Amino acid sequence: MERDDLIVNDSYALNAHHSEEEGVAIRKKIYMVTVILSVITAIEVGMGVMFKRSETFTWTAIKWTFIILTLFKAGYIVMTFMHLGDERKNLRNVVIIPYFVFIAYLIFIALTEGAAHFGLDLMFH
Amino acid sequence: MSGEASKAISKEVLWGGGRSPFSVSYGKMMMWYFLVSDALTFSGLLVAYGFSRASATDAWPIGEQVFRALPGLEGQYPLIYVALMTFILIVSSVTMVLAVEAGHRNDRSAVLKWMGLTIIGGFFFLGSQAWEWSHFIHGSGGSFLLAEDVTVTGPEGETFELTAGDAVYMDHHFGHLMEMHLAGNTAVTLSEDGGHVVLTELGDHPHEAHLHGLTLNKYVEGETVIEGGAMMDLWNARSADFAFGANLHDSEYAYQQSYSNFFFFITGFHGFHVFSGVIINIVVFLMVLNRVMERRKHYEMVEKVGLYWHFVDLVWVFVFTFFYLI
Repeated sequence: MERDDLIVNDSYALNAHHSEEEGVAIRKKIYMVTVILSVITAIEVGMGVMFKRSETFTWTAIKWTFIILTLFKAGYIVMTFMHLGDERKNLRNVVIIPYFVFIAYLIFIALTEGAAHFGLDLMFH
Repeated sequence: MSGEASKAISKEVLWGGGRSPFSVSYGKMMMWYFLVSDALTFSGLLVAYGFSRASATDAWPIGEQVFRALPGLEGQYPLIYVALMTFILIVSSVTMVLAVEAGHRNDRSAVLKWMGLTIIGGFFFLGSQAWEWSHFIHGSGGSFLLAEDVTVTGPEGETFELTAGDAVYMDHHFGHLMEMHLAGNTAVTLSEDGGHVVLTELGDHPHEAHLHGLTLNKYVEGETVIEGGAMMDLWNARSADFAFGANLHDSEYAYQQSYSNFFFFITGFHGFHVFSGVIINIVVFLMVLNRVMERRKHYEMVEKVGLYWHFVDLVWVFVFTFFYLI
């Protein structure tokens, strides 16, 4: 098979070209996402320094805040920096859906088993 | 980025062969598939870390108490160094996406400029990680385990009932002198003076160092510094079981060796990705320099290596949250 990414007249790659004016708008978006990512990181670090780990509800809420902020960051990186958001919907789906199906299962099973293992350890310690 | 991706393609040609149903080149699609599989690998590692942590019966170290040093500075700066590393990686991701954008405008000199900066950012990150590993391996003072049960009073009059096998932490300066002492290479004279352990001789020459305090629960909840006579009680109850920093057998940070092992494996595997990303970036930089992309009339290779580089940043975002923050 001919390697379509190496041939000169690669329609897919050539179609990704944009004009100087479009470039200005795209760069503006890139800088905006940079600011968002930096601010989220700063908030995370600030929260990490301020709040100590404990067995309270506050800490549980903070933990979930960390996870949600991280998912926001990940979304910006994947959708804007890797411009998956600009790809066709079917490519977006074959990348994201299988990943989430596997990982949701893996997280569920590992945490359930981990907690059960913890119980066994306590029992036979 | 606008491209064919945003255009409608008639249904007849989608699966009829001859063109990609995803409107991307073969190389770019395969890069995405590779990234999905690599993302599964990293997720597996982080989930394994979560499993170990959820099943651990002993206290798990707190990130902001383990990672709170800055190169060349005394004092405590929780998470600042890791935040700096995160920021370096985010910035190098931004310069990469700017290189991709310049490529879409066929602006060769801008591609070179932004890729060059990305490579420099990558080296900065690798250097930071080298320092962090070195600091983690050397540790901050070391710990010893108690040989017998001790009850000591804390600075605010609270009582700590410690049992044999509990860990007690030394300060940085003294701990590293003890490390030499225990290695058996150096003659070290230790004495007791007004509630301090004093070291007066190191090797052939006099060397004065005081152990001012010992820390309890250094890397977990309830960190307390014990000084004076109570400190001497702890010191006198020490066993021969010392740990300095971390390696694959021993760790001052946690009873569970798995904590250090996961640190080495997860950040090491990520660092290896950064390293290979820098190498691939250099290769593509040289291709741009040799005008290969001009002959092809497009800079898609920059976009593909960019995907890999952003992925490395993406992984670090998760490592940062799950290893350092939570």
